[in-house]
Amino acid sequence: MGKILVKDKSIVVPGEVVAEGRDFIVGPGVRREGNQIVASRIGLIHFEGRLVRLIALSGRYIPRKDDVIIGKIKEILVSGWLVDTESAYPAMLNIRDAVSEYVAKGSDLAKYFDINDYVVCKIINVTPQMLVDVTTKGPGLKKLVGGRIIKVNPNKVPRVIGKKGSMLGMIKQATECNIIVGQNGVIWIKSSDPKMELIAVKAIKKVEEESHVPGLTEKIHTFLEKETNKKIKLQVG
Amino acid sequence: MNKMNNLESETKKHVIDLLGKGMRLDGRKPLEYRKPLKVSYGVSVNAEGSARVQIGETVVFAGVKLAIEQPYPDTPDEGLLMVGAELLPLANPKFEMGPPSIEAIELARVVDRGIRESGFIDMKKLCIEPGEKAWSVMIDICPINDAGNLFDASALAAFAALKNAVFPAVVDGKIDYGTKTNKKLPLTDANPVSVTVFKIGDYFIVDPTTEEEELYDARLTVASMGDGRLCALQKGGDVALSADEISRMVNIGIQYGKELRKLVVK
Amino acid sequence: MVFKRPDGRAYDEIRPIKAEVGVVGRADGSAMFQIGKTVAYAAVYGPRSLYPKFLQNPKKGLLRCYYTMLPFSSKGERVKPGPSRRSAEIGLVTEKALTPAIDLTRYPNAVIDVFIELPQTDAGTRCAGITAAAMALADAGIVMYDLVSSVAVGYVNGNLIADLIYDEEAYPGEVADIPTAYMPRYDRFSLLQMDGRISSDQLKKALELAKKVCLKIYDVQKKALKRKYQKYKLMEHMEG
Repeated sequence: MGKILVKDKSIVVPGEVVAEGRDFIVGPGVRREGNQIVASRIGLIHFEGRLVRLIALSGRYIPRKDDVIIGKIKEILVSGWLVDTESAYPAMLNIRDAVSEYVAKGSDLAKYFDINDYVVCKIINVTPQMLVDVTTKGPGLKKLVGGRIIKVNPNKVPRVIGKKGSMLGMIKQATECNIIVGQNGVIWIKSSDPKMELIAVKAIKKVEEESHVPGLTEKIHTFLEKETNKKIKLQVG
Repeated sequence: MNKMNNLESETKKHVIDLLGKGMRLDGRKPLEYRKPLKVSYGVSVNAEGSARVQIGETVVFAGVKLAIEQPYPDTPDEGLLMVGAELLPLANPKFEMGPPSIEAIELARVVDRGIRESGFIDMKKLCIEPGEKAWSVMIDICPINDAGNLFDASALAAFAALKNAVFPAVVDGKIDYGTKTNKKLPLTDANPVSVTVFKIGDYFIVDPTTEEEELYDARLTVASMGDGRLCALQKGGDVALSADEISRMVNIGIQYGKELRKLVVK
Repeated sequence: MVFKRPDGRAYDEIRPIKAEVGVVGRADGSAMFQIGKTVAYAAVYGPRSLYPKFLQNPKKGLLRCYYTMLPFSSKGERVKPGPSRRSAEIGLVTEKALTPAIDLTRYPNAVIDVFIELPQTDAGTRCAGITAAAMALADAGIVMYDLVSSVAVGYVNGNLIADLIYDEEAYPGEVADIPTAYMPRYDRFSLLQMDGRISSDQLKKALELAKKVCLKIYDVQKKALKRKYQKYKLMEHMEG
């Protein structure tokens, strides 16, 4: 039988032995060395039955297949565009994954996506050498116009979205802003009212900074009601 | 004439739009400094003087080292002053290791002029033996975290470090760095501070964040003294300024300079 | 002849140590480590894109370390800024000290840059830098096998001591300076340098002392890392 050596949901550092025993299943962020389960990075250790995994709290984004991210066009190439993914690995957006109409050879691709344009795109493939392909064809995927971009720690994205989208939904409802959250921590906010836009930014930054606080949803709810002077429905995931 | 550049980014349009409504991206007013805004001392006990300045998340260290050297031939009865800036990648990944970039050189020279031209250090009192020996004051500015506005933070840190500095003991003509005296540097009440005023579109701001620094049109660093007079100016940026704009920016610089000065001189 | 340490410490006593994680806001990870009067800041940027392309390795990421003493940091004259052979070598041994602790295969074609700066020094600088860098790497969420703890041990006139200060390094007599870096989980040394004259038996004893003392530093590193992230302990379920 296995032995758990640290408290569930405690902070562990790389190299720390969290459990002993052959029965455990190794999840992300931990590894097995002989009879021991060891943390591979700093984070919150979590035991779920026989599964041991680590909830990462820091670290730059690493592109993953099927993630929807917000990228920035870096370069225009012959066959498409190079996209900055806010990670160590830029992505390739091929013409065929971006444009439905026929594009003649040598035509100016800038009229579809220009340098410094922000795009919502989906990662369709990541090779073992971390070559990344993205597409802008699909529901919700597009070039972003207007609005502003903020960046948050990508590990906090699930918190910003909330259970079943509840946190994000509440912020959208309160500020009446258009908000798109990329899995890479890049977030787009658009509103015709700059005051509302700023409240949305502050609310998101607050979630990022206080992601550890229990009852955060209620705290943000109170914050939003106070800032917007409106009654807002408290969304429960 | 200020023409709208076709390549003007969405962000810049947005920032200008917000400024038109008296707001900035982080909710500050156009002429508002970030908090915390503080000065502390003793960043390096080995330095003859040192200070740390924090403006928002920007943190800059400055240190003063003294040495005894031969005066310059054209000023045989005066001490020497040198200001250097090390913009290292630790503070901002856009800086590179290697010889000082033009940004580092400009920063150092602008801070230098603010101090030198104000006559803040009584250079004649640094003379030990005319033509032979004089004190050399070497100020080094090292940002630890660059979140925008290194110019103002650096000038303030250099000013504070000078105020904090004391002479080391001299034994048989040689400096004993291990022993500090309590004799301060010969400083006047010029008390120079720097405020850099930025122009974005038709609006003026102070204390830009990194994001704002990436899209300004022109900037004017205004170094002023305790009596309200100017002692150094430096214009930067690609866009030209009218005399009226310069006058307005200078007034902002002198006015906010008074506030920054209070952090060092109560 | 028994050597009395200038600051009165016992032979195996290190100077007071202090560590803090997350001191450079812009960086992906950062830390400050202080031992006596030596203060080191480390900032980690990465994994990030690596250029020029010929430096890229499709099998694993690259680790680069840079070491700088600030001009006003040392006990004597001003240190002229700019690269020196000494700082280049320290950058290299720092990289070698940290590499075995990092799983670079997770970051093909990318680079992890570590910048170390010291605003105040009193010997033991490369060790303080490595100790700070290890915390900064962990703070940056880098996948690591272990932390790395580093301290110098040595001999003065045949007496074994831990954590030499400047006055001991410069002591008129027989001095051996032995910087080490140690990975506590794997019981391995990743940094070993020595200058001076000692026997292999003296080296053995020095390494034993180094292990003992590095574990004290490891304890402080762990505490500093946990302190920064402590607030997450009571967190609600993070996933949506």
